Amino acid sequence: MTSVPVDLLDRRLLFVTGKGGVGKTSIAAALALLASTRGKRTLVCEVDAKGNLADFFEAEPNRFEPQELSPGLFAMAMNTEESLKEYLKLQLKVPLLARIGPFARSLDFVANAAPGVKEILTVGKLFWEVREQHYDLVVVDASATGHIIGQLAAPQAINELVKVGRIRDQTRWMVDLLSDPRTTGAVIVATPEEMPVTETLELVDRMRAETQVDLAAVIVNKVLPELFGRGEEETFDRLREPEFVSVLSQAAGSPVEPVLDAAELAVTLRRTRTEHITRLRHELPPNVALLYVPYLFTRTHGVRATRNLAESLGAELGH
Amino acid sequence: MAARAASRTTTVAGTLEQLLATKEIAISCGSGGVGKTTTAAAAGAMAAAQLGGKVLVLTVDPARRLANALGLEKFGNVERRVPDELFHAVGVDPRGELYAAMLDTKESWDALVRTHAPDPQTRDAILANPLYKNITGKFVQSHDYIAMERLHEIHVSGRYDLIVVDTPPTRNAIDFLEAPERMADFFSSRLLRWLITPYRSRLVNAASRPFYNVADRILGSQFLEDIAEFFVLFQTMYDGFVERARAVTRTLEDRRTTFMVVSTLEEAPVREAEFFIDALDGRGFHLGALVLNKVLPSYLLDDDAAAVAEVLHRKAGPIAEEIANTDLGEPDHVARVLREVGESFLNYRVVATREAEQRKELGRVPDVVASAPFFETDIFDLSGLLRLGESIWR
Repeated sequence: MTSVPVDLLDRRLLFVTGKGGVGKTSIAAALALLASTRGKRTLVCEVDAKGNLADFFEAEPNRFEPQELSPGLFAMAMNTEESLKEYLKLQLKVPLLARIGPFARSLDFVANAAPGVKEILTVGKLFWEVREQHYDLVVVDASATGHIIGQLAAPQAINELVKVGRIRDQTRWMVDLLSDPRTTGAVIVATPEEMPVTETLELVDRMRAETQVDLAAVIVNKVLPELFGRGEEETFDRLREPEFVSVLSQAAGSPVEPVLDAAELAVTLRRTRTEHITRLRHELPPNVALLYVPYLFTRTHGVRATRNLAESLGAELGH
Repeated sequence: MAARAASRTTTVAGTLEQLLATKEIAISCGSGGVGKTTTAAAAGAMAAAQLGGKVLVLTVDPARRLANALGLEKFGNVERRVPDELFHAVGVDPRGELYAAMLDTKESWDALVRTHAPDPQTRDAILANPLYKNITGKFVQSHDYIAMERLHEIHVSGRYDLIVVDTPPTRNAIDFLEAPERMADFFSSRLLRWLITPYRSRLVNAASRPFYNVADRILGSQFLEDIAEFFVLFQTMYDGFVERARAVTRTLEDRRTTFMVVSTLEEAPVREAEFFIDALDGRGFHLGALVLNKVLPSYLLDDDAAAVAEVLHRKAGPIAEEIANTDLGEPDHVARVLREVGESFLNYRVVATREAEQRKELGRVPDVVASAPFFETDIFDLSGLLRLGESIWR
């Protein structure tokens, strides 16, 4: 596998994945927003049937037809049925849709029951957008760690299965785009917790073994702030002694213990999480870019939070 | 709905302990990252420790989390006993036996084929078919069905008093519930039979010719033949498969089966949990418990404490001056600490308030609602599982 470092946003297609609950969708939204503010015509696509990508832009639910959310930023929701129709119309130039009625129906059926078909209709549409250069960058809010390999390996798998015919031609160029690190990259989102880090490391291995996709970056989301600087933690520990607790309670007019407890919880959480970041850093292949974005203590996850995240990511990426 | 309301009045609002004492299968579901696997394992460990009998924790997650959580290297498709010594090491003398198993998709499919194939030739032909290999090995949706199939198989074996199952992180939370039905539909479909007919007879009739013209252009004949061979072979197992898929559905609907919806109080998981509760209700499955994980301490919601935090944050300087005539350090230094302490409380309070609102917005909830606190350290061993288990058990 080539390891030419390519700038994250200079690629054409980014698959954003990660264990459920790590903030995969918010990172995908933020990456797309960042790219569009840097002048790239960007499409962000959610693959999950019940995705909530639109919430991160406070927009109407996404449809298959891309909608422009802000200048240069388009959003769509994957729909394999629509994708199939478009494929038949655009790529095969099947003239009379009526005549292939039974075919479309049975394929639809196969797509629901037989594995692999949904995956190829999903990635196929995305690669099509990339090949046709409709956008400078396509960001995919892709499947979670358990399912992403099936998605990314689908073109290759179909390519191996189908020896001749149009599908074969189609999957061949998809495989070419997929395996080109200048075009395609995977982004794994993790939080600094035990399981997300473990799953990230497992996924890195599986991605190398089972797909031809270049790992573009690992983004550590929800990094908690450091509470205390040098020597301050010792001072904090002293403040927990009874004499100071009573002085502080008096000064503040109410018992201070809960506030100190909360600070202690914050310190412990931060410390445990730092250990996981260290483990991630040590066990990732050395050439993988690691980016950090902070935990947001906000009331909601609207467009303001997305903008904050985009700014943090922008600062991490430089330029 | 009426039946549900009636059952609610007759059931005493219970505990997880009471729920699991009366069930044979408990299925843990919810969106990813909420501690679904850990909760399933914790409930299983508690049941083995307290209720007795043989308890199996079955994880069907391809990301292999439970192995991690139980401190085992790997356990594969076979059920392994979790040694009593692990319980003893944390001062627990289990009344029952805890087992763990993880789903190996490929192995499970192969086993299924071996069971249902009419003869060794068909069996070998299926196992060698390229399409079959790809379906079982690489593709996503085969997890959903095989997970429920394996649950059914273990259940009818009668080897366990209780099976606690962790569900795969499906794209759509109810995918796995519908997987058996979908599988049965697929095999009984007329379309499928129609699809494979020409290969059987080598005669393409007039009606299906356009279809084959298009299909040939797109897929190539070789692939069509592979598909056809695969389905012709699978047809021989048709009856067995359909019967099996129906039995699996019946198992899920059985009153000895219950569902535990797991969530945190974050926005997206709560919405997913609500969706799940509705889906289970609508399909007549037994919704047994809601388990809320990583709940922040309630003192963060206390108004007096918040006022104190405000004071520490705003008046850090004067307060530091007041207590600086000790050996604590420079007033500036102390003030910085106080400011941080106050601010941190207010930060976490924002999150705790948001979560309390989410909690209130959760509409209909099952009889058993359990909350587990935010543990400062991760849960990666039996002692952690039992600690979590204790907090949701009674």
